Amino acid sequence: MHIPDGYLSPSTCATLYAFAAAGWYSALRRIKRVWATRTIPLLSVFAAFSFVIMMFNIPLPGGTSGHPVGIGVAAVVLGPWGSILAISIALAIQALFFGDGGITTLGANCFNMAIIGSLTAWGVYQLVAANSKLGSRRRAAAAAVAGYISINAAALATAFEFGIQPILFRDATGAPLYAPYPLHIAIPAMMIGHLTIAGLAEAAISAGLVSYLQRTDVGLLRGGTSLIPEPLPNVIQAERWAGRLWLATVLLMLLTPLGILAAGTAWGEWSAQELQQGQGSVQISGVSPQQAPPSRVPAGLQKLSTVWTAPFPGYAPRFVKHPALGYLLSAMFVVGLFLLASRLTMSIRKRWRGRELRA
Amino acid sequence: MSQGFIEATLRGFTAAISKALVSETAASQPGLLQTLDPRVRVLGLFTLVAAVVLSRRISVIAGLFAIAVLMATASRVRVVVLAKRVWLIVLGFSGLIALPAVFVTPGQPIFRMPWLPLAVTAQGLRGATRLVLRAETAATLTTVLALSTPWAHLLKALRSLHLPAEVVTMLAMTHRYVFLLVETAGQMFESRQSRTVGALPGREQRRMAARTAGVLLTKSIELSHQVFLAMRSRGFRGEVPLLQDLRMKAHDYLGLMVLVLIAGVAVWIGR
Repeated sequence: MHIPDGYLSPSTCATLYAFAAAGWYSALRRIKRVWATRTIPLLSVFAAFSFVIMMFNIPLPGGTSGHPVGIGVAAVVLGPWGSILAISIALAIQALFFGDGGITTLGANCFNMAIIGSLTAWGVYQLVAANSKLGSRRRAAAAAVAGYISINAAALATAFEFGIQPILFRDATGAPLYAPYPLHIAIPAMMIGHLTIAGLAEAAISAGLVSYLQRTDVGLLRGGTSLIPEPLPNVIQAERWAGRLWLATVLLMLLTPLGILAAGTAWGEWSAQELQQGQGSVQISGVSPQQAPPSRVPAGLQKLSTVWTAPFPGYAPRFVKHPALGYLLSAMFVVGLFLLASRLTMSIRKRWRGRELRA
Repeated sequence: MSQGFIEATLRGFTAAISKALVSETAASQPGLLQTLDPRVRVLGLFTLVAAVVLSRRISVIAGLFAIAVLMATASRVRVVVLAKRVWLIVLGFSGLIALPAVFVTPGQPIFRMPWLPLAVTAQGLRGATRLVLRAETAATLTTVLALSTPWAHLLKALRSLHLPAEVVTMLAMTHRYVFLLVETAGQMFESRQSRTVGALPGREQRRMAARTAGVLLTKSIELSHQVFLAMRSRGFRGEVPLLQDLRMKAHDYLGLMVLVLIAGVAVWIGR
């Protein structure tokens, strides 16, 4: 079923690459939500497993044998999204390294086997297994049906792609430019082999593997989520919290003008001017009646108060007349300043780390 | 019934490992393509494959096939290896598929089969020749790329061509674990075969294959957990930093220009 280069027209290849890319993007987004940082090692090892399963020679009734693709197995154990990615990676390795399947047709192969195959397998498995117990025989039968139908669905898609080539792409003399057989030949020619040998091989390995897992590790039949043995790592929890943290920051910034409600100056934060005008003395007397407030501004405070003039005195730039707006602008300015400093630090750290790695 | 399926599976495993060894050995030889930057090889040969698919004239595709063979020879890829690994297999597969098209494609009959109600049509012959030649040329170019470029370089080149770092890492890791799992599965089959006396019924053979797949699956899951822990202990946090130490030189730019020019001319003439 691995379509080699030259069988499909460039426009068919491009269209199927686009469909496959949409499937990969969607699958990767969904799977990262479940597997988080485990995504790369889990998918890589499963892709390797799918690759090896494709090399198994399954003995079939009648003395013949066939190679499964492992769609049913992957969909049952990994769920549809993990299966799409694992089988796609296995197909990419086959095309790039072993020359099995074309480069221009990789999108088509992934679309047929990984995407159509996995989604069909998962759908059929859920439909047939329904709410049966994980250890029930119905599950094994559901895996067999899922494997059989999914490989045939993928074969049908492949046959359809072959079959439309001579209809759409011919040269001036009428000779086919790509796959030469129209639909009425391509579909039966493709399906005969898959409805018999390949379909049975797929059904046999899917059912056999589900039966084995029912006896040894039934939890693996929960479909992808059971593959995570421990709670999500802190990093991912932190990533999840990042969104909420942003929301909280914006909310706090909007609430900063509440500071205006507090009357007077905070105790001990008087400016030289306030001490001069006696506001500080009144507050000191109010809190510590036995302690006499200073009669004049302390010399040190007077001297140092002119060293640095804040750009936003009283949490408001000079040009802003409304105090609430001033508070808001100050909050935004400071948050922005922190973000900038953090970006700068990260960028320096990254560059430094890259230099260390290169060394 | 003998345990033929075990032997057939083991033969497949051996063939895969042998193919990989041949690729790595050929890629380390000094040759024309090996002197070029891996990015030039990937981009240039992929462009040529695209040109093969885009070209409609048989003569142009044949010309690209000749260029592919010349490139292979100049890159120390032996013609015998190409013949065994690509040409015979593609001819067997595509030839078998294309053969009936010679008769069933409607068109002008050019040769009638004696004693049979079949005629070779010009359109059928042209379509079948184009299909086989295209498949042969594209497969030769892809194989020349695989045989002249170590897998690690190929992945680096793909990363430079903006394939996401996560995908490149997964391809690299999958490639590594494929051989480990192939070896593990091979050992399981061999040990089972050495313990089996006499013929097993077909049902039992299927069970054995499923059990082996099951054990391999359990081992794979365990392996993935171990790999994850090993990655985490080295500081993995979900981001993949990849080293990029490739530098393009003048002859690399020249090589790329030549390959793209050949592809462009082929598409132009063969349109």
